Amino acid sequence: MESAQKTVHTDEVVKKIPTRLVKNNIYKTVFLLATVVTSLVLIVLLARIVSQGAPYLSWDFFQNFASRRPEQAGIKAAIIGTIWMMAVVIPVSLILGVGTAIYLEEYAKRNRFTSFIQMNISNLAGVPSVVFGLLGLTIFVRMFFFGNSVLAAGLTMSLLILPVIIVAAQEAIRAVPNELREASYGLGASKWQTVLRVVLPSALAGILTGSILAFSRAIGETAPLVVIGIPAFVAFLPTSVFDQFTALPMQIYNWTSRPQEEFHFLAAAGIIVLLVILILMNSVAIWIRNRFEKKY
Amino acid sequence: MALAVVERRVDNPVEQPSVERPVVYNTSGCNLWYGDHHALKNINLEMREKEVTAIIGPSGCGKSTYIKTLNRMIDLVPNVRTSGTIEYRGRDIFSKEFRVEELRTRVGMVFQKPNPFPKSIFENVAFSLRIHGIKNKKLVHERVEKSLRQAAIWDEVKDRLHENAYGLSGGQQQRLCIARSLALEPDVLLMDEPTSALDPVSTLKVEELVHELKEKYSIIIVTHNMQQAARISDKTAFFLNGEVVEYDTTDKIFNRPSDSRTEDYISGRFG
Ligand SMILES: Nc1ncnc2c1ncn2[C@@H]1O[C@H](COP(=O)(O)OP(=O)(O)O)[C@@H](O)[C@H]1O
Ligand SMILES: [Mg+2]
Repeated sequence: MESAQKTVHTDEVVKKIPTRLVKNNIYKTVFLLATVVTSLVLIVLLARIVSQGAPYLSWDFFQNFASRRPEQAGIKAAIIGTIWMMAVVIPVSLILGVGTAIYLEEYAKRNRFTSFIQMNISNLAGVPSVVFGLLGLTIFVRMFFFGNSVLAAGLTMSLLILPVIIVAAQEAIRAVPNELREASYGLGASKWQTVLRVVLPSALAGILTGSILAFSRAIGETAPLVVIGIPAFVAFLPTSVFDQFTALPMQIYNWTSRPQEEFHFLAAAGIIVLLVILILMNSVAIWIRNRFEKKY
Repeated sequence: MALAVVERRVDNPVEQPSVERPVVYNTSGCNLWYGDHHALKNINLEMREKEVTAIIGPSGCGKSTYIKTLNRMIDLVPNVRTSGTIEYRGRDIFSKEFRVEELRTRVGMVFQKPNPFPKSIFENVAFSLRIHGIKNKKLVHERVEKSLRQAAIWDEVKDRLHENAYGLSGGQQQRLCIARSLALEPDVLLMDEPTSALDPVSTLKVEELVHELKEKYSIIIVTHNMQQAARISDKTAFFLNGEVVEYDTTDKIFNRPSDSRTEDYISGRFG
């Protein structure tokens, strides 16, 4: 270690260590504060919602339809309605989104046209949800005469989250090492076989994690539902995708805009239900990621 | 090594078995460009059945490009243009009628870096059987075992066939990849520096393997290790800057090269 021509004087360097450690501690505190602030805001928000809403979470709350009297109002139509809507959103957005991502990543030639499409997809992800509502209103509600049905809302929501799913799936597909594709092609596999047996299984965890986050957004999104005219006061359950329905965020929105305070507490209870659903979905996303990450 | 080769020549001066063997690959006037970069220049080579053909040359001279052209893996690189013809058993590999999937089924490939799938050892070898629609369980098991035996890795993995292939060492992974490419009993095996990522012991194992596989398969192997080429090959092609400088029996290339550049290269004067 000790050589004759030392250009760095260890003793000098050692003296500077305390200053560096002070800086280290300052940054550590800054990052800790950032975490504390975000957590605090979240905790206050949650505490308020839970304290207001929890007493209203009764069996009746889940069993009752909308009502003018707060003590009889329930969330049944909204929960079932959201499930119906997601039954349209999940298959439509997954098939369109993953299909587009596979095409763009594995099949499309890299030319101006594909980069144009690529740019548009990324831009669409930033378009306000109201605009998708207007699109849904024009196309699905009016042009296709779907009215304010499960189908119209489901298709609108699918369009809304499509860019997010496409981009997430593209990232996941791009992250699959090229050696694996080469190995498959080298054995005489066709493109489709390579995609199905090698690329998709490796990308599945990423695709699903991204998609589930997108689905969470579709569940919580309100503006497009307002624009396409989804009612909040519904006293029946849909029996087909062409029926009218209501969804959780619509119901919550409706309750918060009422003058009576009890309805605000009902809204809080509705938010708890929504949050629990979101937490469940995110847990599924995490579980899928852990389950499929290493091996398929 | 050189001595041994010379000895063999003296022992059996008229032995030239290669001449009569049927041609597997016939490359004539082949050029290849990556965009503007002229990577292969007028390649003319004839490779014969059940021989080991080594491709040697300094880094960047086009060895990988050429071997990837032989099974058209080069198609996966954008902006590549080729001219000239390459015939595999008399069929033009660039023609529309000859599907790449068929070509790659007949011509297996082993890559420089071991690239097993993130699946079990068994499923790695069974992969090519499955993509070709072979469903018979008994047949799949037979082929998997046979391939693993041929690749001299059976004894090491027979008790852990259903464990993930990523748990194997680099040398084992490479032999697994060889087994995988043998599962469909190809005609030709292309190997692009298959030992460059391996330790000396694994390298030796793969070399022995090549020697055994030669009985059944025609092997084209890229290597920048000249001792390796001398040890395992029957013919050697020396590539330099995208051209074939010299192509002859390994014995001749290493003992009596006719081009001074070949001599310089094999004696380590450049590259
Ligand atoms: N995908 C590619 N795009 C552009 N040029 C490439 C590509 N692959 C290789 N080349 C170029 O072609 C030449 C030959 O490369 P390669 O066949 O990989 O050489 P070797 O395997 O003999 O080391 C090199 O000059 C290299 O830079
Ligand atoms: Mg190379």
